[in-house]
Amino acid sequence: MRVNEHPILNFTKGKKVKFYYNGQQLEGYEGETIAAALHANGVRVMRESIRLHRPRGLFCNIGNCSSCLMIVNGKPNVRVCVEKLQEGMVVETQRGKGELK
Amino acid sequence: MLAQNGVPAPEDLAEVMPSEERLARGPVAMAECFQNIPCDPCYHSCRRQAIKPFSDINDRPQIDHELCNGCGMCLSRCPGLAIFVIDQTYGEKEALVKIPYEYLPLPGEGDVVEAVNRAGETVGEARVAKVQSGAKLDGTAIVWLVVPRELSMEVRHFKIKGGR
Amino acid sequence: MRHTEICIVGGGPAGLTAALRAAALGAAVLLIDRNDYLGGQLIKQTHRFFGSKQQRASERGINIARELAYAVQEEEKITVLTEATALGYYKDGVVLVEQNEKIIKIKPKKLIVATGGAEKTLLFPNNDLPGVYGAGAVQTLVNVYGVKPGKRVLMVGAGNIGVIVSYQLLQAGVEVAGIVEAAPRIGAYWVHASKVVRAGVPIYTSHTIKRAWGESEVEGATIVQLDENWQPIEGTEKDFDVDVICLSVGLSPLTELLWQAGCKMEFVPELGGRVPVRNENLETSVPGIYVAGDVSGIEEASAAMMEGALAGLNAARALGYNAPDLLQRKAEILKELEGLRSGPVGEKIRTGLAKVTC
Repeated sequence: MRVNEHPILNFTKGKKVKFYYNGQQLEGYEGETIAAALHANGVRVMRESIRLHRPRGLFCNIGNCSSCLMIVNGKPNVRVCVEKLQEGMVVETQRGKGELK
Repeated sequence: MLAQNGVPAPEDLAEVMPSEERLARGPVAMAECFQNIPCDPCYHSCRRQAIKPFSDINDRPQIDHELCNGCGMCLSRCPGLAIFVIDQTYGEKEALVKIPYEYLPLPGEGDVVEAVNRAGETVGEARVAKVQSGAKLDGTAIVWLVVPRELSMEVRHFKIKGGR
Repeated sequence: MRHTEICIVGGGPAGLTAALRAAALGAAVLLIDRNDYLGGQLIKQTHRFFGSKQQRASERGINIARELAYAVQEEEKITVLTEATALGYYKDGVVLVEQNEKIIKIKPKKLIVATGGAEKTLLFPNNDLPGVYGAGAVQTLVNVYGVKPGKRVLMVGAGNIGVIVSYQLLQAGVEVAGIVEAAPRIGAYWVHASKVVRAGVPIYTSHTIKRAWGESEVEGATIVQLDENWQPIEGTEKDFDVDVICLSVGLSPLTELLWQAGCKMEFVPELGGRVPVRNENLETSVPGIYVAGDVSGIEEASAAMMEGALAGLNAARALGYNAPDLLQRKAEILKELEGLRSGPVGEKIRTGLAKVTC
């Protein structure tokens, strides 16, 4: 869900890009974070907690809290709240602590 | 009460309300600022020195309603959007209330909107006489609402019909 | 190893102002920030600031951020490293920084730590569900990226941040169902509160969130009234149909670098947690390490800018830089800061500062 009109701000969007979320093709804009692009597509669950496997989402949105870790292009533990979206990115829900391939 | 629910009480308002006699003479500003906070742009915005000098930045604005001509310069400079201009001489039974407004969409001139009080309740209807906006106002539009005179001390917001 | 006269960690309002003031006296400054932009949390403050005319009152935070960042980039004495994260401070005075997956060692003569704060959370069942956010997080999402967090929001906390973010959500076209506040009084400036109340957002003082509802995401929340001992009153529960819960329950200073440097710290609740002991020059117990902004105690952006100015002046002065009117500039800033904190709303800050300023 995007903000369509705003009394104070003008949002300048980057180039429209495609990316993949758990295999599903979605669209976002270059220059925005992966978390923002996912939210714009209605996706708020980012990972599972390690022990109880509870869903986890965004909390601080500025790179402090590590609530939003996901697997990006095969790399785990990426803070998607500060990682910028790029064309063709493969983003996956992270389960567990993540493994380096 | 203000500190509990954000709605100024009648006694708060009585303190800052222009006199009946002054209201009968034309447009005048009313500063609904009831707390000593560090803020003074209203004082600096007034070209008529109608807002008394602050001895301390935490002073509350004191409008000299005799000097104030209701020009509205202070409306768009108040970070709290807490200053309104009231003109009870606008029509025979109607008054004009100028409201600082930072939402979209803006209403159109001539539109009839829901008139809303300080508690967020619809209390009647208002007609939009004019909408001032533009770069100079930097996002704070001034909406001129025509309301029944008895509502001029009630209406401080509006809702576009069917909108928010 | 990179040598510099002054290294500033954090490019928010405090860090930017510190850099400008130090550079204006002639000091060489290396400013690092972990984001790819300067301005810190100022870049999402769309509201007009309070304060005095000298402190740019009535200007919007976003415009102040733009101006400060531009001035910093134009200043020859300042080198900026963005997307650069300070990872540690070592006892030989080296700041370890990561940029583009490379390590940079920085050895400054003076260090100004202006790292800001982080949002606190609150304990309640299901507080970990996606859809529970820090209020600042939602502010970033909406005001920086133009993306909505959901359809309908319950705000927890009626301090300035909670009320201002509620207002900004309304401006972005997001519905706000209400604001709950555990204290019996609204903590935000009342003018901010009145603004959202007349727009139809009720504020429930002496209420707290009891629990969030939902399977994989927030689907609702229950709030409950508190008695004068802050205990829940049974039977006063109210359910809200919301898909977003925002927590605006305070910030805590981001002090990791100060701990590593061995700065003397004190627990001061009025300032948001553990904060460094400092002198009037904003120098910590470790000579040559200065602090400014929220890392030294949670306050607001106007105060952070003035503290930054002070720290920048003092660090440059300690390096031997001078100006005929330096002491006068310093006195002016101190006087403005005192004015800003002097009123009834500054009482908490004054009490806190009295405990850690020596």
